[in-house]
Amino acid sequence: MSCVQTIADYALRSVGIGERLLPRSDFTLCEQITLIGSGLIWNIYFGAFALLFGFFLATGVAVARSSRLWAVRKPAEWFIFLFRGSPLFIQFFLAYEAFVLLPKSGIEINLIFTEITADTRWLTRAWAGALIVLFLNTAAYSGEIFYGALRSVPKGDLEAADAYGLSGLAKFRRVVWPTMLRLAWPAYTNEAIFLFHATTLVYFSGFPAWQQKGDALYYASYFADKTFNPFIPYPIVAGYFILLTLVIITIFGLINRRLNRHLPQERRRPIRFRPQVLR
Amino acid sequence: MFASCSDPSTLDGFAWLACYLTSGKHMAFYASFGTVMLLLLITAPAALAFGFGGAMAARARLWPVRLIGRAYTAMVRGVPDIIFFLFVPIALDQAFEWLRHKAKCPDWSEPVRQGSDFVVCAQAKLPLSTSPQWMHETYGFFLAVLAFAIVFGAFAANVLFGAMRAVPRAQIETAEAYGMTQRQAFWRILVPQMWVYALPGLSNLWMILIKATPLLFLLGVEDIVYWARELGGSKTSIYAYPHPDWRLYYFLGLLVFYLGLTKVSEIVLGRVTVRLSHGQATLAGEAQRKAAR
Repeated sequence: MSCVQTIADYALRSVGIGERLLPRSDFTLCEQITLIGSGLIWNIYFGAFALLFGFFLATGVAVARSSRLWAVRKPAEWFIFLFRGSPLFIQFFLAYEAFVLLPKSGIEINLIFTEITADTRWLTRAWAGALIVLFLNTAAYSGEIFYGALRSVPKGDLEAADAYGLSGLAKFRRVVWPTMLRLAWPAYTNEAIFLFHATTLVYFSGFPAWQQKGDALYYASYFADKTFNPFIPYPIVAGYFILLTLVIITIFGLINRRLNRHLPQERRRPIRFRPQVLR
Repeated sequence: MFASCSDPSTLDGFAWLACYLTSGKHMAFYASFGTVMLLLLITAPAALAFGFGGAMAARARLWPVRLIGRAYTAMVRGVPDIIFFLFVPIALDQAFEWLRHKAKCPDWSEPVRQGSDFVVCAQAKLPLSTSPQWMHETYGFFLAVLAFAIVFGAFAANVLFGAMRAVPRAQIETAEAYGMTQRQAFWRILVPQMWVYALPGLSNLWMILIKATPLLFLLGVEDIVYWARELGGSKTSIYAYPHPDWRLYYFLGLLVFYLGLTKVSEIVLGRVTVRLSHGQATLAGEAQRKAAR
C-alpha cells in the first residue's frame, strides 16, 4: 500500500472518516506519521475551544477575585484554588464519574407550563465532557494570571482615565482591560502552550476513545503497545507537538505585537517561553 | 479487622461502614497513599540532584558537556511531559535488558528486535521471570521514579541555571579578590546564595510534582487512582460488601487529599521563603531588616 493511499485512508481517521480498522501488523513509518497526525486534530480541537471559552470566564474570574465584595471574591478564590490545587488527571476522572452518574434517560426539568427533558448522554463523551473540564481548568489558571496583571495596572493609567471622565464599564473596557491583557500576555502564552500539552491526558483519564477515535498520544501509545518499540511513535508525537508549540508562539506573538503597538520600541515586552508543566 | 466483621451481610448502617472501610483491600488503598508520598520523597531530592548536575553541565567550560547540559534542559520544552512518562520507562527497561543481554549472552545470534517483538535471553530479563511478585512491583516503581526524576530534573536544571546566573556578579568577584579558586568560589559563595533565587521556581516545581503523581497510574503502579477505580466500581452481591458505583466519592476523596497537600505545601514553602530571605541582598531581606530595627 502506497503512502498516498495510507494518507487517504487514515488522515481523517480520528474523526471517523476513512478506513475503519486500524492497521494491525507490519506498521510502516507512513502509517504511524499519518495516524498520529490525524489524532492531533483532537488536541487542536480541545485546546482551541477550551482557550476560546476559557478566556471570557477567566476575565470574569479575575474581576470577581479583585472585587471588594466578600460574596463575590470568595467564590472566585475557591474556584481558582479548586482547579489549580488539584491534578487535572483527577479532575478528568471526577468529571467523568459525575457525568456517568447523571440519569441515562435525561433530566426532566419541570417548568410551570410544560416539561422538557435535558439529554445528558453526550456529557460522558470526550468531545463534550473533557472540553468542559479543560475549559474550567484553563479559566482558573488564566484567571490567576489575569488577576495578577489586573493588580499591576499602573496607577497613572487609572488616574488618566478618571481625568478623561471615564468610569465604570467604559473605563474597564477602554483602559483597564487592554492594559491587563498587555501585561498578562507573555504568561498567558505559556498557559496556552501548556493547555495544548494537557490535552494529551484526555484519553488516558476515564474518557473512553469511542470507536478508536483518539488523540495523537492515544494512537502513539497504540503503536508502542503493538510494536513494543517506543523509539518511533513517541518521537513522532513529540515532533508534532514542537511544531504545534511553534505555531502557538507565532500566533500569540502577533497578538502581543498588536497589544503593544502604542508603546515605544524598547518598552515592549517580548514573550519568553518559560516551562511550567502539568497541572 | 474487627471480630464483628466476619459476616458483613448481617450488619447495617455505621457498623457496616466501619467494617467496609477497614477491609483488606481498603488497607491496601490506604497504603497506596504511602506509595505516593514515598514517590514524592524519593523523586524530589533525585530530581534536584539531576537538576543540579544539568545546571552545572550547562555552565561547563568544555563545549561538549555544555551542549549535553543545554540539550537536557531544553528537552522538556515544547513536548508534553506525559509523553516522557510513557516513553522513558519502556525505553529504560529495554536499554537495561539490552545491555544485560549483550553482557550475559554473547553467543546469542538472533536479532533482539524480531518484527513486533523485543526478545532477549532468559538470563537478561529484568527482573528474572522466576523472581517473586514484589520484585516486579519494586522494579516498576523504580522505573517510574527514574522517569519522574529525569523529567523533573530537566525542569529543576532550568530553575537552578537561572538562579546561578541571578547571584550578583560582584559576590563572585569579591571571592576571586580574596584569592579563592573558581571551584571554591562556586561551592562557598555561589551555591549558598543561589537558593533564595531558586526558591520561587523550585516551590512551583514541587506543586507541579504533587499534581503529577496520579500519572503513576499510567505507568502501571498500583497507586491511589488504581485503587479508587478498583474499590469504587459497583460490586454485585457475590462480593462481601455489595454497593453501587461509588467511584465518584472515591475520586472526591482523592481531590480533597490533593487540595490538602497543596495547602500544606503552600504554608510550609511560605515559611521557608521567609527563613531563606534572612540577611539576603534582596527586597524581602531588606524588608526583614527594616522590620527588625
